[in-house]
Amino acid sequence: MPERLFITGNEAAVRGAVDAGAKIMFGYPITPATEILEGWITKASVDKNLQYLQSEDEIAAGFGVLGSILAGAKAFTASAGIGHVLLQDPIAMAENMRLPFVGIMMQRGGPSTGTVNFSQQEVDLAIHGGNGDSFRIVYSASTVEEMYELVIKAFSSAWKYRFPTFVLGDGYLGKMKSTVTFKKMLKPVESRPILSGSGGSTWLRNCFSKEADLNQLLRHHIADWTKNKSKIVESESFHIDDARYLIVAHGLVASAAKESVLKMRTDRIRIGLFRPITLNPFDGEYLRKIAKGVKRIFIIESAYNQLGRIVRSELAGYDIKAKISQISKPAEGFTADEIIAEVKKHNA
Amino acid sequence: MLNVIPKSWNVKSKPDLFCPGCGHGMALKQLGFAIDGLGLQKEIILGVDIGCSLLAWNFLDVPTVQTHHGRTTPLMVGYKMSAPKRIAIAYMGDGAAWGIGLQNIIHAAYRNNPVTVIVINNENFAMTGGQASYTTLPGTVTPTSPLGKSSELGSGFKGPELVRQIANKNAFIARSTVANPIHLLTMLKKAILSQKESNNFALVEVLSICPTNWKTGAKASLDIAVEMEKTYPIGEVK
Repeated sequence: MPERLFITGNEAAVRGAVDAGAKIMFGYPITPATEILEGWITKASVDKNLQYLQSEDEIAAGFGVLGSILAGAKAFTASAGIGHVLLQDPIAMAENMRLPFVGIMMQRGGPSTGTVNFSQQEVDLAIHGGNGDSFRIVYSASTVEEMYELVIKAFSSAWKYRFPTFVLGDGYLGKMKSTVTFKKMLKPVESRPILSGSGGSTWLRNCFSKEADLNQLLRHHIADWTKNKSKIVESESFHIDDARYLIVAHGLVASAAKESVLKMRTDRIRIGLFRPITLNPFDGEYLRKIAKGVKRIFIIESAYNQLGRIVRSELAGYDIKAKISQISKPAEGFTADEIIAEVKKHNA
Repeated sequence: MLNVIPKSWNVKSKPDLFCPGCGHGMALKQLGFAIDGLGLQKEIILGVDIGCSLLAWNFLDVPTVQTHHGRTTPLMVGYKMSAPKRIAIAYMGDGAAWGIGLQNIIHAAYRNNPVTVIVINNENFAMTGGQASYTTLPGTVTPTSPLGKSSELGSGFKGPELVRQIANKNAFIARSTVANPIHLLTMLKKAILSQKESNNFALVEVLSICPTNWKTGAKASLDIAVEMEKTYPIGEVK
Protein backbone atom coordinates (compact mmCIF):
# COMPACT_ATOMS: atom_id res chain seq x y z
CA MET A 1 0.00 0.00 0.00
CA PRO A 2 1.37 3.44 -0.81
CA GLU A 3 2.55 5.45 2.19
CA ARG A 4 0.11 8.09 3.46
CA LEU A 5 1.11 10.95 5.74
CA PHE A 6 -0.60 14.03 7.19
CA ILE A 7 2.03 16.75 6.62
CA THR A 8 2.60 20.39 5.63
CA GLY A 9 3.67 21.64 2.23
CA ASN A 10 7.09 22.56 3.58
CA GLU A 11 7.49 19.06 5.04
CA ALA A 12 6.44 17.63 1.68
CA ALA A 13 9.11 19.73 -0.02
CA VAL A 14 11.81 18.36 2.30
CA ARG A 15 10.59 14.81 1.72
CA GLY A 16 10.63 15.45 -2.04
CA ALA A 17 14.22 16.71 -1.91
CA VAL A 18 15.34 13.64 0.05
CA ASP A 19 13.54 11.27 -2.32
CA ALA A 20 15.02 13.09 -5.34
CA GLY A 21 18.48 12.27 -4.05
CA ALA A 22 19.45 15.77 -2.91
CA LYS A 23 22.57 15.68 -0.80
CA ILE A 24 23.02 19.24 0.43
CA MET A 25 20.93 22.31 1.18
CA PHE A 26 22.11 25.89 1.62
CA GLY A 27 19.69 28.35 3.12
CA TYR A 28 18.95 31.42 5.18
CA PRO A 29 15.85 31.53 7.40
CA ILE A 30 12.94 33.37 5.80
CA THR A 31 9.21 33.10 6.37
CA PRO A 32 7.37 31.19 4.95
CA ALA A 33 10.13 28.85 3.72
CA THR A 34 12.02 28.46 7.03
CA GLU A 35 10.52 25.05 7.82
CA ILE A 36 12.16 23.63 4.70
CA LEU A 37 15.60 24.58 6.07
CA GLU A 38 14.67 23.34 9.55
CA GLY A 39 13.21 20.12 8.19
CA TRP A 40 16.26 19.42 6.06
CA ILE A 41 18.64 20.11 8.96
CA THR A 42 16.61 17.70 11.11
CA LYS A 43 17.04 15.01 8.44
CA ALA A 44 20.74 15.82 7.99
CA SER A 45 21.27 15.54 11.74
CA VAL A 46 20.43 11.84 11.61
CA ASP A 47 21.57 10.95 8.08
CA LYS A 48 25.31 11.25 7.52
CA ASN A 49 24.83 11.36 3.74
CA LEU A 50 23.02 14.69 3.96
CA GLN A 51 24.71 18.04 4.51
CA TYR A 52 23.58 21.62 5.05
CA LEU A 53 24.93 25.10 5.51
CA GLN A 54 22.92 27.87 7.14
CA SER A 55 24.64 30.65 5.24
CA GLU A 56 25.25 34.33 5.99
CA ASP A 57 22.75 35.45 3.34
CA GLU A 58 20.82 34.13 0.35
CA ILE A 59 23.54 35.15 -2.10
CA ALA A 60 26.02 32.89 -0.32
CA ALA A 61 23.36 30.17 -0.19
CA GLY A 62 22.86 30.35 -3.96
CA PHE A 63 26.57 30.29 -4.77
CA GLY A 64 27.08 27.48 -2.25
CA VAL A 65 24.42 25.52 -4.14
CA LEU A 66 26.29 26.13 -7.40
CA GLY A 67 29.62 25.06 -5.87
CA SER A 68 28.15 21.76 -4.72
CA ILE A 69 26.51 21.25 -8.11
CA LEU A 70 29.88 21.77 -9.82
CA ALA A 71 31.21 19.00 -7.58
CA GLY A 72 28.38 16.72 -8.74
CA ALA A 73 25.93 16.85 -5.83
CA LYS A 74 22.23 17.51 -6.11
CA ALA A 75 22.01 20.73 -4.12
CA PHE A 76 19.20 23.20 -3.49
CA THR A 77 17.93 26.15 -1.53
CA ALA A 78 14.53 27.35 -0.37
CA SER A 79 13.59 30.96 0.02
CA ALA A 80 10.94 33.62 -0.51
CA GLY A 81 10.38 37.27 -1.32
CA ILE A 82 13.49 39.36 -0.89
CA GLY A 83 15.61 36.20 -0.51
CA HIS A 84 14.35 35.19 -3.93
CA VAL A 85 15.50 38.61 -5.19
CA LEU A 86 19.01 38.14 -3.75
CA LEU A 87 19.23 34.67 -5.28
CA GLN A 88 18.89 36.10 -8.77
CA ASP A 89 22.65 36.72 -8.92
CA PRO A 90 23.65 33.04 -8.58
CA ILE A 91 20.66 31.96 -10.68
CA ALA A 92 21.82 34.20 -13.54
CA MET A 93 25.20 32.47 -13.37
CA ALA A 94 23.48 29.08 -13.40
CA GLU A 95 21.33 30.02 -16.37
CA ASN A 96 24.24 30.98 -18.59
CA MET A 97 26.54 28.20 -17.38
CA ARG A 98 23.70 25.64 -17.55
CA LEU A 99 24.05 24.57 -13.93
CA PRO A 100 21.14 22.55 -12.49
CA PHE A 101 20.22 24.92 -9.67
CA VAL A 102 17.05 23.95 -7.80
CA GLY A 103 15.12 26.48 -5.70
CA ILE A 104 11.88 26.07 -3.80
CA MET A 105 10.32 29.52 -3.57
CA MET A 106 7.45 30.02 -1.16
CA GLN A 107 6.01 33.31 -2.37
CA ARG A 108 5.18 36.14 0.02
CA GLY A 109 3.83 39.62 -0.62
CA GLY A 110 5.82 42.75 -1.41
CA PRO A 111 9.40 43.84 -0.58
CA SER A 112 11.07 43.99 2.85
CA THR A 113 8.89 42.09 5.30
CA GLY A 114 5.84 42.95 3.21
CA THR A 115 3.40 40.27 4.17
CA VAL A 116 4.99 36.99 5.00
CA ASN A 117 2.55 34.30 3.95
CA PHE A 118 1.03 34.67 0.55
CA SER A 119 1.10 36.16 -2.90
CA GLN A 120 1.66 35.09 -6.48
CA GLN A 121 3.94 38.03 -7.13
CA GLU A 122 7.15 36.06 -7.69
CA VAL A 123 6.18 34.54 -11.02
CA ASP A 124 7.94 37.20 -13.08
CA LEU A 125 10.92 37.06 -10.71
CA ALA A 126 11.29 33.29 -11.04
CA ILE A 127 10.99 33.40 -14.82
CA HIS A 128 12.58 36.70 -15.77
CA GLY A 129 14.60 37.74 -12.71
CA GLY A 130 18.05 37.51 -14.27
CA ASN A 131 20.03 39.42 -16.86
CA GLY A 132 19.53 36.67 -19.40
CA ASP A 133 16.79 35.34 -21.66
CA SER A 134 14.80 33.44 -19.02
CA PHE A 135 15.85 29.87 -19.73
CA ARG A 136 14.46 28.67 -16.42
CA ILE A 137 12.00 25.91 -15.64
CA VAL A 138 9.32 27.14 -13.26
CA TYR A 139 6.77 24.80 -11.68
CA SER A 140 3.83 25.99 -9.59
CA ALA A 141 2.50 23.63 -6.93
CA SER A 142 -1.16 23.70 -6.12
CA THR A 143 -1.47 21.10 -3.36
CA VAL A 144 0.73 19.65 -0.63
CA GLU A 145 0.94 16.38 -2.52
CA GLU A 146 1.96 18.16 -5.69
CA MET A 147 4.69 20.03 -3.78
CA TYR A 148 6.28 16.67 -3.05
CA GLU A 149 5.99 15.47 -6.65
CA LEU A 150 7.20 18.70 -8.23
CA VAL A 151 10.25 18.95 -5.99
CA ILE A 152 11.32 15.49 -7.17
CA LYS A 153 10.55 16.45 -10.74
CA ALA A 154 12.46 19.72 -10.38
CA PHE A 155 15.70 17.92 -9.57
CA SER A 156 15.24 15.54 -12.48
CA SER A 157 14.39 18.30 -14.97
CA ALA A 158 17.27 20.45 -13.76
CA TRP A 159 19.83 17.65 -14.15
CA LYS A 160 18.36 16.31 -17.37
CA TYR A 161 17.97 19.59 -19.25
CA ARG A 162 20.51 21.65 -17.30
CA PHE A 163 18.35 24.72 -16.77
CA PRO A 164 17.87 26.32 -13.33
CA THR A 165 14.58 25.03 -11.95
CA PHE A 166 12.12 26.45 -9.46
CA VAL A 167 9.13 25.13 -7.60
CA LEU A 168 6.82 27.97 -6.63
CA GLY A 169 4.55 27.67 -3.64
CA ASP A 170 3.40 30.11 -0.99
CA GLY A 171 3.16 30.31 2.78
CA TYR A 172 -0.34 28.89 3.03
CA LEU A 173 0.65 25.90 0.94
CA GLY A 174 3.84 25.56 2.98
CA LYS A 175 2.11 25.65 6.34
CA MET A 176 -1.19 23.87 5.64
CA LYS A 177 -1.46 20.20 6.52
CA SER A 178 -2.92 17.72 4.14
CA THR A 179 -3.01 13.98 3.59
CA VAL A 180 -0.33 13.02 1.11
CA THR A 181 0.01 9.73 -0.69
CA PHE A 182 3.57 9.14 -1.84
CA LYS A 183 3.28 7.64 -5.28
CA LYS A 184 6.14 5.69 -6.71
CA MET A 185 7.97 8.19 -8.84
CA LEU A 186 10.17 7.55 -11.81
CA LYS A 187 13.79 6.92 -10.92
CA PRO A 188 15.41 10.32 -10.31
CA VAL A 189 17.88 11.53 -12.95
CA GLU A 190 21.45 10.98 -11.73
CA SER A 191 23.87 13.81 -11.05
CA ARG A 192 27.53 13.89 -11.99
CA PRO A 193 30.51 16.21 -11.48
CA ILE A 194 30.46 19.17 -13.85
CA LEU A 195 33.72 20.98 -13.18
CA SER A 196 36.06 18.02 -13.29
CA GLY A 197 33.92 15.20 -14.60
CA SER A 198 36.21 14.14 -17.39
CA GLY A 199 39.27 13.83 -15.15
CA GLY A 200 41.18 16.54 -17.00
CA SER A 201 40.94 20.29 -16.63
CA THR A 202 37.73 22.06 -17.48
CA TRP A 203 37.44 25.80 -17.64
CA LEU A 204 34.00 27.25 -17.02
CA ARG A 205 33.32 30.94 -17.39
CA ASN A 206 30.80 33.66 -17.89
CA CYS A 207 33.35 36.08 -19.35
CA PHE A 208 33.71 36.50 -23.08
CA SER A 209 36.14 38.61 -25.06
CA LYS A 210 33.85 38.80 -28.07
CA GLU A 211 30.14 39.51 -28.33
CA ALA A 212 29.97 36.81 -31.00
CA ASP A 213 31.28 34.22 -28.50
CA LEU A 214 28.46 34.89 -26.04
CA ASN A 215 25.95 34.99 -28.86
CA GLN A 216 27.12 31.59 -30.06
CA LEU A 217 26.69 30.14 -26.57
CA LEU A 218 23.23 31.68 -26.28
CA ARG A 219 22.21 30.22 -29.63
CA HIS A 220 23.14 26.83 -28.24
CA HIS A 221 20.98 27.50 -25.13
CA ILE A 222 18.08 28.66 -27.33
CA ALA A 223 18.33 25.51 -29.45
CA ASP A 224 18.27 23.30 -26.33
CA TRP A 225 15.38 25.25 -24.84
CA THR A 226 13.33 25.08 -28.04
CA LYS A 227 14.06 21.40 -28.54
CA ASN A 228 13.08 20.39 -25.01
CA LYS A 229 10.22 22.80 -24.30
CA SER A 230 7.51 20.37 -25.34
CA LYS A 231 9.00 17.66 -23.10
CA ILE A 232 9.06 19.97 -20.08
CA VAL A 233 5.63 21.65 -20.27
CA GLU A 234 2.88 20.34 -18.04
CA SER A 235 -0.66 21.41 -17.37
CA GLU A 236 -3.89 20.08 -15.92
CA SER A 237 -7.35 20.54 -17.31
CA PHE A 238 -10.53 20.10 -15.32
CA HIS A 239 -14.08 19.87 -16.72
CA ILE A 240 -13.11 21.36 -20.04
CA ASP A 241 -14.82 19.01 -22.48
CA ASP A 242 -18.05 20.97 -22.89
CA ALA A 243 -16.82 24.18 -21.25
CA ARG A 244 -18.07 27.53 -22.55
CA TYR A 245 -16.18 29.39 -19.84
CA LEU A 246 -12.62 28.74 -18.81
CA ILE A 247 -10.67 29.74 -15.71
CA VAL A 248 -6.89 29.94 -15.96
CA ALA A 249 -5.16 29.88 -12.57
CA HIS A 250 -2.06 28.36 -10.99
CA GLY A 251 -0.83 27.34 -7.56
CA LEU A 252 -3.09 27.58 -4.56
CA VAL A 253 -5.50 29.88 -6.42
CA ALA A 254 -6.08 27.02 -8.86
CA SER A 255 -7.14 24.82 -5.93
CA ALA A 256 -9.82 27.36 -5.01
CA ALA A 257 -10.73 27.64 -8.69
CA LYS A 258 -11.21 23.90 -8.89
CA GLU A 259 -13.64 24.01 -6.00
CA SER A 260 -15.47 26.90 -7.66
CA VAL A 261 -15.76 24.94 -10.90
CA LEU A 262 -17.40 22.03 -9.07
CA LYS A 263 -19.85 24.39 -7.35
CA MET A 264 -20.72 26.16 -10.61
CA ARG A 265 -21.12 22.85 -12.36
CA THR A 266 -23.86 21.91 -9.83
CA ASP A 267 -25.60 25.08 -11.05
CA ARG A 268 -25.18 23.80 -14.64
CA ILE A 269 -22.68 26.52 -15.55
CA ARG A 270 -20.44 25.01 -18.22
CA ILE A 271 -17.12 26.13 -16.82
CA GLY A 272 -13.73 24.44 -16.69
CA LEU A 273 -10.20 25.10 -15.46
CA PHE A 274 -6.82 25.18 -17.21
CA ARG A 275 -4.02 24.99 -14.67
CA PRO A 276 -0.45 25.47 -15.86
CA ILE A 277 1.88 23.26 -13.82
CA THR A 278 4.90 24.75 -15.59
CA LEU A 279 4.70 28.53 -15.86
CA ASN A 280 7.87 28.53 -17.93
CA PRO A 281 7.92 26.96 -20.46
CA PHE A 282 4.16 27.24 -20.79
CA ASP A 283 1.75 24.74 -22.32
CA GLY A 284 0.36 27.26 -24.78
CA GLU A 285 -0.46 24.65 -27.37
CA TYR A 286 -2.95 22.89 -25.11
CA LEU A 287 -4.35 26.16 -23.78
CA ARG A 288 -5.04 27.34 -27.34
CA LYS A 289 -6.79 24.08 -28.14
CA ILE A 290 -9.13 24.48 -25.18
CA ALA A 291 -9.54 28.23 -25.69
CA LYS A 292 -10.91 27.78 -29.22
CA GLY A 293 -14.16 26.36 -27.86
CA VAL A 294 -14.92 28.84 -25.12
CA LYS A 295 -16.72 32.19 -24.97
CA ARG A 296 -14.80 33.75 -22.14
CA ILE A 297 -11.54 33.16 -20.30
CA PHE A 298 -11.08 34.27 -16.69
CA ILE A 299 -7.46 34.73 -15.64
CA ILE A 300 -7.42 34.63 -11.85
CA GLU A 301 -4.29 35.41 -9.87
CA SER A 302 -3.00 36.88 -6.63
CA ALA A 303 -0.81 39.29 -8.57
CA TYR A 304 -1.71 42.22 -10.79
CA ASN A 305 -0.95 40.77 -14.18
CA GLN A 306 1.85 38.21 -14.08
CA LEU A 307 0.01 35.06 -15.17
CA GLY A 308 -2.21 37.31 -17.30
CA ARG A 309 0.68 38.52 -19.45
CA ILE A 310 1.86 34.97 -20.07
CA VAL A 311 -1.61 33.76 -21.02
CA ARG A 312 -2.37 36.67 -23.33
CA SER A 313 0.96 36.36 -25.10
CA GLU A 314 0.34 32.63 -25.62
CA LEU A 315 -3.07 33.35 -27.14
CA ALA A 316 -2.03 36.36 -29.23
CA GLY A 317 -1.91 35.87 -32.98
CA TYR A 318 -4.16 32.81 -33.00
CA ASP A 319 -7.77 32.73 -34.09
CA ILE A 320 -9.23 32.74 -30.61
CA LYS A 321 -12.48 34.61 -30.19
CA ALA A 322 -12.92 34.19 -26.45
CA LYS A 323 -13.09 37.40 -24.45
CA ILE A 324 -10.53 37.63 -21.67
CA SER A 325 -11.29 38.87 -18.15
CA GLN A 326 -8.41 39.47 -15.79
CA ILE A 327 -9.37 39.04 -12.14
CA SER A 328 -6.48 40.21 -9.99
CA LYS A 329 -6.14 40.44 -6.25
CA PRO A 330 -2.43 41.21 -5.79
CA ALA A 331 -0.99 39.65 -2.64
CA GLU A 332 -4.37 38.39 -1.46
CA GLY A 333 -5.94 34.98 -1.81
CA PHE A 334 -9.26 33.81 -3.26
CA THR A 335 -11.96 31.58 -1.86
CA ALA A 336 -14.06 29.48 -4.19
CA ASP A 337 -17.11 31.65 -3.43
CA GLU A 338 -15.21 34.82 -4.30
CA ILE A 339 -14.21 33.29 -7.62
CA ILE A 340 -17.85 32.35 -8.32
CA ALA A 341 -18.96 35.90 -7.50
CA GLU A 342 -16.27 37.36 -9.78
CA VAL A 343 -17.15 35.01 -12.63
CA LYS A 344 -20.84 35.83 -12.31
CA LYS A 345 -20.05 39.56 -12.17
CA HIS A 346 -18.07 39.43 -15.39
CA ASN A 347 -20.54 37.19 -17.09
CA ALA A 348 -23.93 38.34 -15.89
CA MET B 1 63.59 30.22 -11.68
CA LEU B 2 62.71 33.39 -13.59
CA ASN B 3 62.82 31.63 -16.94
CA VAL B 4 60.93 28.55 -15.84
CA ILE B 5 57.23 28.10 -16.52
CA PRO B 6 55.35 26.25 -13.77
CA LYS B 7 54.16 22.80 -14.85
CA SER B 8 50.69 23.57 -13.56
CA TRP B 9 50.26 26.48 -15.99
CA ASN B 10 48.00 25.99 -18.99
CA VAL B 11 50.54 26.85 -21.69
CA LYS B 12 47.86 26.86 -24.38
CA SER B 13 46.40 30.00 -22.84
CA LYS B 14 49.74 31.87 -23.08
CA PRO B 15 50.55 34.59 -23.82
CA ASP B 16 47.93 35.61 -21.29
CA LEU B 17 45.67 38.64 -21.43
CA PHE B 18 47.01 40.52 -18.41
CA CYS B 19 48.57 43.93 -19.14
CA PRO B 20 52.35 44.00 -19.55
CA GLY B 21 53.97 44.15 -16.13
CA CYS B 22 50.81 43.19 -14.25
CA GLY B 23 51.25 41.72 -10.79
CA HIS B 24 48.71 38.97 -11.45
CA GLY B 25 51.17 37.09 -13.65
CA MET B 26 53.79 37.27 -10.89
CA ALA B 27 51.34 36.01 -8.27
CA LEU B 28 50.08 33.24 -10.57
CA LYS B 29 53.65 32.20 -11.26
CA GLN B 30 54.31 31.64 -7.56
CA LEU B 31 50.92 29.95 -7.21
CA GLY B 32 51.96 27.64 -10.05
CA PHE B 33 55.26 26.89 -8.33
CA ALA B 34 53.46 26.30 -5.02
CA ILE B 35 51.12 23.78 -6.68
CA ASP B 36 54.06 22.14 -8.49
CA GLY B 37 56.20 22.05 -5.36
CA LEU B 38 53.48 20.42 -3.30
CA GLY B 39 52.64 18.00 -6.12
CA LEU B 40 48.95 18.88 -5.88
CA GLN B 41 47.98 19.78 -9.45
CA LYS B 42 45.50 16.87 -9.65
CA GLU B 43 43.75 17.91 -6.45
CA ILE B 44 43.35 21.65 -7.00
CA ILE B 45 40.08 23.33 -8.00
CA LEU B 46 40.33 27.02 -8.77
CA GLY B 47 37.56 29.59 -8.57
CA VAL B 48 38.22 33.05 -9.99
CA ASP B 49 36.29 36.27 -9.49
CA ILE B 50 35.42 39.22 -11.69
CA GLY B 51 37.70 42.12 -12.58
CA CYS B 52 41.25 41.41 -13.66
CA SER B 53 41.12 38.11 -11.75
CA LEU B 54 38.76 36.71 -14.37
CA LEU B 55 41.62 36.70 -16.87
CA ALA B 56 42.91 33.72 -14.88
CA TRP B 57 39.87 31.65 -15.94
CA ASN B 58 42.05 29.36 -18.09
CA PHE B 59 45.47 30.36 -16.76
CA LEU B 60 46.26 27.18 -14.82
CA ASP B 61 45.92 23.59 -15.99
CA VAL B 62 43.45 22.76 -13.23
CA PRO B 63 39.65 22.68 -13.26
CA THR B 64 38.61 26.33 -13.01
CA VAL B 65 35.33 28.18 -12.72
CA GLN B 66 34.90 31.91 -13.12
CA THR B 67 32.04 33.34 -11.11
CA HIS B 68 30.39 36.57 -9.95
CA HIS B 69 31.84 39.52 -8.12
CA GLY B 70 32.77 38.65 -4.56
CA ARG B 71 31.14 35.23 -4.76
CA THR B 72 34.15 33.05 -5.39
CA THR B 73 34.37 32.30 -1.66
CA PRO B 74 30.85 30.84 -1.18
CA LEU B 75 31.14 29.03 -4.52
CA MET B 76 34.31 27.29 -3.35
CA VAL B 77 32.83 26.65 0.11
CA GLY B 78 29.95 24.85 -1.62
CA TYR B 79 32.33 22.94 -3.88
CA LYS B 80 34.51 21.83 -0.99
CA MET B 81 31.52 20.61 1.03
CA SER B 82 30.59 18.21 -1.76
CA ALA B 83 34.14 17.31 -2.81
CA PRO B 84 36.13 17.34 0.45
CA LYS B 85 39.16 15.63 -1.07
CA ARG B 86 39.77 18.48 -3.48
CA ILE B 87 41.74 21.58 -2.57
CA ALA B 88 39.60 24.62 -3.30
CA ILE B 89 41.29 27.93 -4.05
CA ALA B 90 39.32 31.18 -4.39
CA TYR B 91 41.25 33.82 -6.37
CA MET B 92 40.09 37.44 -6.38
CA GLY B 93 41.05 41.10 -6.15
CA ASP B 94 40.76 43.58 -3.30
CA GLY B 95 37.38 44.83 -4.55
CA ALA B 96 35.92 41.33 -4.32
CA ALA B 97 37.54 40.47 -1.01
CA TRP B 98 37.29 43.67 1.00
CA GLY B 99 34.25 45.27 -0.62
CA ILE B 100 31.45 43.36 -2.25
CA GLY B 101 32.41 39.90 -0.97
CA LEU B 102 33.66 40.80 2.52
CA GLN B 103 30.64 39.32 4.26
CA ASN B 104 31.24 35.97 2.58
CA ILE B 105 34.94 35.93 3.52
CA ILE B 106 34.26 36.86 7.12
CA HIS B 107 31.74 34.06 7.53
CA ALA B 108 33.88 31.46 5.75
CA ALA B 109 36.73 32.40 8.11
CA TYR B 110 34.42 32.39 11.13
CA ARG B 111 33.11 28.92 10.23
CA ASN B 112 36.62 27.80 9.34
CA ASN B 113 35.48 26.46 5.96
CA PRO B 114 38.49 24.66 4.49
CA VAL B 115 39.09 26.87 1.45
CA THR B 116 42.17 28.92 0.51
CA VAL B 117 41.46 32.53 -0.44
CA ILE B 118 44.05 34.49 -2.42
CA VAL B 119 43.48 38.24 -2.61
CA ILE B 120 45.43 40.25 -5.16
CA ASN B 121 45.59 43.74 -3.66
CA ASN B 122 46.63 46.25 -6.30
CA GLU B 123 44.98 49.13 -4.46
CA ASN B 124 42.48 49.93 -7.18
CA PHE B 125 39.60 48.72 -9.34
CA ALA B 126 41.88 47.92 -12.23
CA MET B 127 39.60 46.35 -14.84
CA THR B 128 37.23 49.32 -14.77
CA GLY B 129 40.03 51.84 -15.16
CA GLY B 130 41.76 52.38 -11.84
CA GLN B 131 39.07 53.75 -9.54
CA ALA B 132 39.85 54.07 -5.83
CA SER B 133 39.46 50.93 -3.75
CA TYR B 134 39.22 50.45 0.01
CA THR B 135 42.92 49.68 0.03
CA THR B 136 43.90 52.81 -1.97
CA LEU B 137 46.10 54.92 0.26
CA PRO B 138 45.13 58.50 1.26
CA GLY B 139 46.21 61.14 -1.22
CA THR B 140 46.18 58.82 -4.23
CA VAL B 141 44.69 60.36 -7.36
CA THR B 142 42.28 58.06 -9.22
CA PRO B 143 39.26 58.66 -11.49
CA THR B 144 36.99 58.50 -8.43
CA SER B 145 39.36 60.49 -6.19
CA PRO B 146 40.47 63.24 -8.59
CA LEU B 147 41.73 65.44 -5.77
CA GLY B 148 43.52 62.57 -4.06
CA LYS B 149 41.73 60.01 -1.87
CA SER B 150 40.54 61.73 1.28
CA SER B 151 42.06 60.49 4.51
CA GLU B 152 38.55 60.77 5.94
CA LEU B 153 37.74 57.65 3.93
CA GLY B 154 40.18 55.66 6.03
CA SER B 155 43.89 55.10 6.14
CA GLY B 156 43.96 51.84 4.16
CA PHE B 157 41.79 48.76 4.59
CA LYS B 158 43.63 46.01 6.43
CA GLY B 159 41.63 42.97 5.39
CA PRO B 160 43.76 40.14 6.77
CA GLU B 161 43.99 41.84 10.17
CA LEU B 162 40.20 42.25 10.17
CA VAL B 163 39.57 38.63 9.22
CA ARG B 164 42.03 37.47 11.88
CA GLN B 165 39.76 38.94 14.55
CA ILE B 166 36.89 36.62 13.68
CA ALA B 167 38.68 33.66 12.08
CA ASN B 168 39.11 30.34 13.80
CA LYS B 169 42.40 30.32 15.72
CA ASN B 170 43.72 27.54 13.47
CA ALA B 171 43.04 29.48 10.27
CA PHE B 172 46.13 30.62 8.37
CA ILE B 173 46.02 34.35 7.57
CA ALA B 174 48.93 36.14 5.94
CA ARG B 175 50.05 38.94 3.66
CA SER B 176 52.79 38.77 1.08
CA THR B 177 53.90 40.72 -1.98
CA VAL B 178 54.83 40.20 -5.60
CA ALA B 179 57.94 42.22 -4.76
CA ASN B 180 59.22 39.28 -2.70
CA PRO B 181 58.61 36.09 -4.71
CA ILE B 182 60.30 33.73 -2.26
CA HIS B 183 58.20 35.04 0.63
CA LEU B 184 55.10 34.82 -1.58
CA LEU B 185 55.83 31.21 -2.54
CA THR B 186 56.28 30.26 1.11
CA MET B 187 53.02 31.89 2.18
CA LEU B 188 51.04 30.35 -0.69
CA LYS B 189 52.37 26.89 0.13
CA LYS B 190 51.44 27.32 3.81
CA ALA B 191 47.96 28.52 2.84
CA ILE B 192 47.39 25.47 0.62
CA LEU B 193 48.78 23.07 3.22
CA SER B 194 46.59 24.61 5.89
CA GLN B 195 43.61 23.33 3.91
CA LYS B 196 45.20 20.08 2.77
CA GLU B 197 46.69 18.90 6.03
CA SER B 198 44.54 20.40 8.75
CA ASN B 199 41.27 21.29 7.02
CA ASN B 200 41.46 24.97 7.92
CA PHE B 201 40.47 28.22 6.29
CA ALA B 202 43.40 30.16 4.85
CA LEU B 203 43.80 33.60 3.33
CA VAL B 204 46.77 35.29 1.72
CA GLU B 205 46.60 38.89 0.62
CA VAL B 206 49.19 39.58 -2.06
CA LEU B 207 50.35 43.17 -2.47
CA SER B 208 50.47 43.62 -6.21
CA ILE B 209 51.30 46.19 -8.84
CA CYS B 210 49.22 47.80 -11.56
CA PRO B 211 51.52 49.69 -13.97
CA THR B 212 48.64 50.41 -16.39
CA ASN B 213 46.44 52.26 -13.93
CA TRP B 214 49.22 53.57 -11.74
CA LYS B 215 50.87 54.87 -14.92
CA THR B 216 54.25 53.73 -13.65
CA GLY B 217 57.17 51.87 -15.17
CA ALA B 218 58.68 48.66 -13.87
CA LYS B 219 60.97 50.14 -11.26
CA ALA B 220 58.50 52.74 -9.99
CA SER B 221 55.80 50.07 -9.72
CA LEU B 222 57.96 47.82 -7.58
CA ASP B 223 59.09 50.81 -5.49
CA ILE B 224 55.45 51.55 -4.74
CA ALA B 225 54.87 47.88 -3.87
CA VAL B 226 57.69 48.03 -1.34
CA GLU B 227 56.35 51.33 0.01
CA MET B 228 52.92 49.67 0.49
CA GLU B 229 54.44 47.35 3.07
CA LYS B 230 54.67 50.31 5.49
CA THR B 231 50.88 50.36 5.66
CA TYR B 232 50.31 46.70 4.90
CA PRO B 233 53.05 44.68 6.63
CA ILE B 234 53.87 41.30 5.13
CA GLY B 235 54.05 38.03 7.03
CA GLU B 236 51.63 35.80 8.88
CA VAL B 237 48.92 37.79 10.68
CA LYS B 238 48.65 36.42 14.18
